Amino acid sequence: MSLNDKLFILFAGIVALLGAASLIGFVLSRRAKSETGRATVDNLNARIKAWWVMIAIFAVSFALGRGVTLMLFALTSFYTLREFVSLTPTRAADHLPLVASFYVLLPLQYWLISIDWYALFTILIPVYGFLLLPSLSALKGDTEQFLLRVSRIQWGLMLTVYCISHAPALLTLDIPGRPGEGFLLLFFLITIAQFSDVMQYVFGKLFGRTKIAPVVSPSKTVEGLAGGGLSAVAAGAALWWITPFTPLEAAAMAFAIVAMGFLGGLALSAVKRSMGVKDWGSMISGHGGVLDRMDSLSFAAPVFFHLTRYFYT
Amino acid sequence: MIDLALIGLTRFIVGGQAHWMGSSPEMRQRIYFANHSSHLDTLLIWSALPRALRASTHPIAAADYWGRGAVRRHIGLKVLNGVLVERSTQGPPGAALAPLRNVLCEGESLILFPEGTRGSERLPGPFKSGLYWLSQEFPDVELIPTYLDNPSRAFPKGTFLPVPISCTVRFGPPVARHTGEEKEAFLERARAAVAALAPEPIG
Repeated sequence: MSLNDKLFILFAGIVALLGAASLIGFVLSRRAKSETGRATVDNLNARIKAWWVMIAIFAVSFALGRGVTLMLFALTSFYTLREFVSLTPTRAADHLPLVASFYVLLPLQYWLISIDWYALFTILIPVYGFLLLPSLSALKGDTEQFLLRVSRIQWGLMLTVYCISHAPALLTLDIPGRPGEGFLLLFFLITIAQFSDVMQYVFGKLFGRTKIAPVVSPSKTVEGLAGGGLSAVAAGAALWWITPFTPLEAAAMAFAIVAMGFLGGLALSAVKRSMGVKDWGSMISGHGGVLDRMDSLSFAAPVFFHLTRYFYT
Repeated sequence: MIDLALIGLTRFIVGGQAHWMGSSPEMRQRIYFANHSSHLDTLLIWSALPRALRASTHPIAAADYWGRGAVRRHIGLKVLNGVLVERSTQGPPGAALAPLRNVLCEGESLILFPEGTRGSERLPGPFKSGLYWLSQEFPDVELIPTYLDNPSRAFPKGTFLPVPISCTVRFGPPVARHTGEEKEAFLERARAAVAALAPEPIG
């Protein structure tokens, strides 16, 4: 089976899945009576609608190739960094490091990935960004909460640019005997991370009782995590044929993605709590901001990238 | 063409979502008056208005900024429909308001920054008296307080490039006129109406 055949089958599968979800959403909207039930179903349907749009965007960018897919992720980094910085109390003296983050480091990171310069794209932000940004801040001479301000910008960049960019960096991996199959790895990562989120939400809504971290994220439950996590691991095993992994290895990889994704969701919930907000933004209706959808992926991407690169290339 | 490009760029970099909180985007003659903290402000309010309203709404632009340079002048006057005002005019009170009166006499709306200059605080500083004179002379024009959230962070004074930080434009309920109200009391009430729209500071 050629790469294009596989991608076609995969996207057809996603379309079938979303079609079923839309149908269920429609039936539920007919049956919901109570006020809270109605609100939940409306939110569910808004989410499903947004999923259609997101899937369409991904399908088109995959079809148009590596350059466009990288652009899509660069834009994702741009919007998530914008959401992060917008909610972070920056001061006028942070202007220069922000200019460097948005207009220099972000494009540079994706350019380095596009020319496959692995040695530099893995250290650009953690090393050179780390040295450059506080220097630019210090030049302005504003020492008010200096360390806090510098760390916030560095952290935002690591999360939204460095971590997220490791997802499309999968396209640069050369797996022996499987040229160009980075798209399948990327598909695997995104699908498992998002499927895990969705199934955790579904299991949480249906059976959620025991809260895992009531202070940080009241919606995360043991039942949701177990049900959603197991579904995603099973889905990962079932997708082994698109990867260089055996079914068991694919399940283990999916487990790593689920575990990191869960931790990402938890850590970013804590960040949101500390800022006193519920969502990162309002760009994707029903979901909140872009970062609300990317939180798990941002934590899972570097780990999945390194595991694959270390063991399979 | 240029207007769509400008709106697209504004949306991309700073968002500029409109929140109508107590008034709605209607075809009425209005003065939108807002806090002023960056060169983005005019563009933000202008692009937050629906297209139909935009055509009949004229931002007041300081001649010493928007009148300078062919490109800026073209954008300020032709694209944004701006009215250039000299900031340093001497003379009787309200003399500098002549171009604004012309706009209101023609039944069109205005965007005004009554602080007169850009500040860097979250809440607006004291208002200059232009808003008071105009509100007296044109009693039928609705006065819409407008709060711009974040442009001072996206494009602070003294910098050359805006950074991507989401800004919002909040339109409040119209400010009523009280008969016999003193100028200072009115201006303070108008200022408070803008400040009341500010969201809680983050952090």
